[in-house]
Amino acid sequence: MTKKIPVTVSSKRLRREFVKKVKELSGQNLQLCYQCGMCTGNCPTAANMDVSPRRIIELARLGLEEDIASSRTVWICASCLACVVNCPRGFDLSKVMEAIRLLTLRKNIDHVKPEDIPPQDRCELPQIAMVSGLTKFTG
Amino acid sequence: MSLAYYPGCTLKTKARNLEEPAVASMEALGFKLDEVPRWNCCGAVYSLADDDLIHQVAPVRNLVRVKKAGETKLVTLCAFCLNTLKRANLLMKQDVDKRNTINSFIDEGLDYSGEVEVVHLLEVLRDDVGWDVISHMVKLPLRELRVAPYYGCTLLRPREVAIDSAEDPTILRDFLKALGARPIDFPESTRCCGSYEVISNPDDIPEYTRAILDSALNHGAEALVLTCPLCDYNLARGQKELVKKNSGFRRMPLIYFTQLLALALGLGPQVCHFELNHGSPESLLREKNLLSAVENVRPIGG
Repeated sequence: MTKKIPVTVSSKRLRREFVKKVKELSGQNLQLCYQCGMCTGNCPTAANMDVSPRRIIELARLGLEEDIASSRTVWICASCLACVVNCPRGFDLSKVMEAIRLLTLRKNIDHVKPEDIPPQDRCELPQIAMVSGLTKFTG
Repeated sequence: MSLAYYPGCTLKTKARNLEEPAVASMEALGFKLDEVPRWNCCGAVYSLADDDLIHQVAPVRNLVRVKKAGETKLVTLCAFCLNTLKRANLLMKQDVDKRNTINSFIDEGLDYSGEVEVVHLLEVLRDDVGWDVISHMVKLPLRELRVAPYYGCTLLRPREVAIDSAEDPTILRDFLKALGARPIDFPESTRCCGSYEVISNPDDIPEYTRAILDSALNHGAEALVLTCPLCDYNLARGQKELVKKNSGFRRMPLIYFTQLLALALGLGPQVCHFELNHGSPESLLREKNLLSAVENVRPIGG
């Protein structure tokens, strides 16, 4: 379940470079979101996220990089785009999720190691699962 | 009539049971699916980062080859490939700077700017063949079959590449009606099955699939009709776990839309490769007397 985590906002914690990078990589205007929560309400995986999709946008625009980095949310998102088609503001959250994932992956920190996938799964998984998963979870 | 066709990696191995009934059915309907020469993996997912052009090269290279072959339309069948190729095509149409960079990198001797139209086989069945013609060609109507159309994500999202309405799609329902089946609408028909999350959080998959399967069952479906090999894998894997944990959980047979098409056209079970299905639909189909071949299926005008 989504936890209620207290968030401390201060100029000391603000990571302007992070906000800039997220905007650049996603091409999204983070100020567009008015926090209605349609993204979270329509997300089929939100129940398994520790920080809700709506909250990710708020944390991103406040530049709270550490709060986002310590959450598993962006790694749970399967880019199904249910949030995108239901957003009344035309905001593409899937691109923000991707930008945040890439900021980790591009430091050469993989989220999934191919060798950790059980051998039986590697045999049985359809190619589209392996190719798409490893594209999303490795740098 | 011949159509340029992109199969993709999964359809040549794990999901021959999606492809082979499609090829046979289209032939029975008078269309030849002609594979794109030297096609390569499309990359399976569309890159969502603005600065990441290298992941657009694989899908665009396929589109360039379609243009080189003198074709203007490309038929896809895998839901992932459709999405990736169609989004890459849109990028090449709309973004001049990125188009120029990708064209100069690929260097195939011809520039590409999104001239090819990327479509899914269901669109060909709807727009080029027509439900009436299909209905007329049916030799073995699927009359007693109560099936729930399950779309998943990539055929409908994002809106710019959707093959039908993102909120209230009817294309699979209309298709099933043309085959004589009884389509069962259910609210989770476009809910994600967990997709590639199966490689990072496989334990979450049963939960995602439960929402879909329970909903279809509660609305009276006997089987789920699929379009995507990853949905087939995840839904079957999820069911297996749910049965293990809960003895009361009822398995739902899973079947590809192309298998139903082949059966309805009277092509018989041999083209369907049911041995590759993860969601064992055979006993249900046998119960409904749908596994027999019907003689004398001829192409239109043939």
